[in-house]
Amino acid sequence: MSIRSSVRLAGVLAAAAVAVCGCGSSSKGGSSSPSDGAAFPVSVHGTGGVTVIAHAPRRIVSLSPTSTEDLFALGAGAQVVAVDDESDYPTNAPRTKLSGFQPNVEAIAGYRPDLVVISDESPASLAPALRKLGIPVLVNPAARSLGQAYAEIEQLGLATGRRTQARDLVKRMKSQIAASVRAAHRWGRGLSVYDEISQEYYAAASGTVVGQLFALFGLRNIADRAPDPQGLGYPQLSAEYVVAANPDIVLLNDTVCCGQSATSVARRPGWSKMTAVRKHTIVALNEDVASRWGPRMPTLAAEVARAVKSAHAAGL
Amino acid sequence: MSSGPQTASAPAPAPALAAGSAEQGRSARLGVGLRLRWGLLGVAALTASLVAGLAIGPASLSVGAILADVASRLPGLHLGHRLGPLDAAVLWQIRAPRVVLGAIVGGTLASAGAGYQAVFRNPLAEPYLLGVAAGAGLGATAEIVYGPAGSRSLLIAAAFAGALLAVVAAYALGRSLSGRDVSTLILAGIAVSLFLTAVQTFLLQQHTQSTTAVYSWLLGSLNSSGWSDVLLVAPYVAFSLAVLLAHRRVLDVLRLGDEEAEALGVNVARVRLVVVLAATLGTAAVVAVSGLIGFVGVVLPHAVRLLIGASYRVIIPLAAAFGASFLVLADVVARTALSPAEVPVGVMTAFIGAPCFALVLRATSSEAL
Repeated sequence: MSIRSSVRLAGVLAAAAVAVCGCGSSSKGGSSSPSDGAAFPVSVHGTGGVTVIAHAPRRIVSLSPTSTEDLFALGAGAQVVAVDDESDYPTNAPRTKLSGFQPNVEAIAGYRPDLVVISDESPASLAPALRKLGIPVLVNPAARSLGQAYAEIEQLGLATGRRTQARDLVKRMKSQIAASVRAAHRWGRGLSVYDEISQEYYAAASGTVVGQLFALFGLRNIADRAPDPQGLGYPQLSAEYVVAANPDIVLLNDTVCCGQSATSVARRPGWSKMTAVRKHTIVALNEDVASRWGPRMPTLAAEVARAVKSAHAAGL
Repeated sequence: MSSGPQTASAPAPAPALAAGSAEQGRSARLGVGLRLRWGLLGVAALTASLVAGLAIGPASLSVGAILADVASRLPGLHLGHRLGPLDAAVLWQIRAPRVVLGAIVGGTLASAGAGYQAVFRNPLAEPYLLGVAAGAGLGATAEIVYGPAGSRSLLIAAAFAGALLAVVAAYALGRSLSGRDVSTLILAGIAVSLFLTAVQTFLLQQHTQSTTAVYSWLLGSLNSSGWSDVLLVAPYVAFSLAVLLAHRRVLDVLRLGDEEAEALGVNVARVRLVVVLAATLGTAAVVAVSGLIGFVGVVLPHAVRLLIGASYRVIIPLAAAFGASFLVLADVVARTALSPAEVPVGVMTAFIGAPCFALVLRATSSEAL
């Protein structure tokens, strides 16, 4: 492979992989009642233009793990007939071999879907190909802000005839996140944070959704000093910069995929002298919760609050 | 860099022998004094790049503070004062091994490249040609996908094993097709590479969650290296360089052609095997710790050849010295250009190296190739 195409791929994949890591723990069922009497047809204004949905969808295919979580949290689980191979939460989602990255249009059409939900990590050719077959497609890009994550939930509510449930879910998420922030932000102000995405020192900067969450706690993100020409929000930092910046809080998002832990990072060159290692303010996150901007975001906010509290308890 | 000794204008005696004898005349005229001068320049370049590598980086350590810290560590003297524990860890546990590893990787890729070019008598021969890159890539991918999470030493071992296996496969295939022809071996290497790359792509498509880790490795980086990596590769690299240096005179004889070399008593097949194995062992070891860093192995030996002379007695040691300095400096740029973000060093080597090489090509006569 040529170096140039590798670089481009790596840039895309670094961002993509962040949103893809897969593993689930507990499950949450989708209720079976299809809709709350919403009037169809509806027009959903998504990234790929306007999607007109003629009737309440009963055979949804989701090729995006975040959208899968959204759909089940809305209670639309019973309307979902197939989800992609990365959609491992909730565990009762009908996981198939369908892939969002290398989608096979025939295989998707084989489920006779009346709505397909994809993310912007699927190839751009997928939506037109499905629409040509008369299948409505909703493109839910990986959210760039908390607001966008909420908006996508509300869009899915509109598309599935569950607008009330979507409004309630968003309200619940906002109040849970606000509660976590209230509980910890007075200690977070001024503390610095390093949010590790991979062992190669890719980190989440403030432009990402999780970065915006840190800002709510008043945390200062050490990745923000890195120029980010592509605007991906996930720069690769130099190893020596991470140690020299000496963050008060270290969050690890490479625990499930790559076996990183507070113990393993303490063995990295130079890390034994870092405040976060000496004061035990390293928090291992479940990277699936921390990389899908869906209904589990309040769990992530609670983890950040826990990290801030432990830093406060350690006298930072 | 200056344009070197102006000896390229030697009139070619007879067209049939032009290339060979022009080169011989050129290296014969490269006197002992001149060789010494280039040798000293190589040492100076390496020293300067190591110092620059140690002094420049995203963590703001002043040169004065670094010098004071170094002075304080010299036994017997009571000079200077030490850096704080965190800064000292940054300097000695992160930056220093990275600089040393950069020198080792660059020196090994360049000297191995010179070795391949000599035994294949092919200016495009390079360390990755025989499947080293594809094999190491497949090994690393397989380890990341199937191995226990987060084991760096296992990743290195897998990449190393993959590289060696690929070269053995290419060599066996090349031999089975035709015992003698040099280009057959290169074609066999390409066939093996394409096959292994296909397997690797398939693995990646089945395990998309591993793509970041795999591509980070493939792009080549010295970012997460430590002294353990230096110790790990040192024996293989030392062995590889020793074998190449020991064969540098024989490689000069090989330039005359297989039959002529045989007539002079050189066991060509054996030399070729030993040099290829040594170059591959060194390359596989450094590729395993640094990922794929292109350009250094192809172009640095040529730059030395164009600037200084075509004798492998000169090319092997100087390619090692200049390759080491080049990669250390490229890595300084890689970690400072977008500081504190990283640029893959493999991108930097091509980005800086290709225009420099074009300048060298323009400034010298192309007949030296």
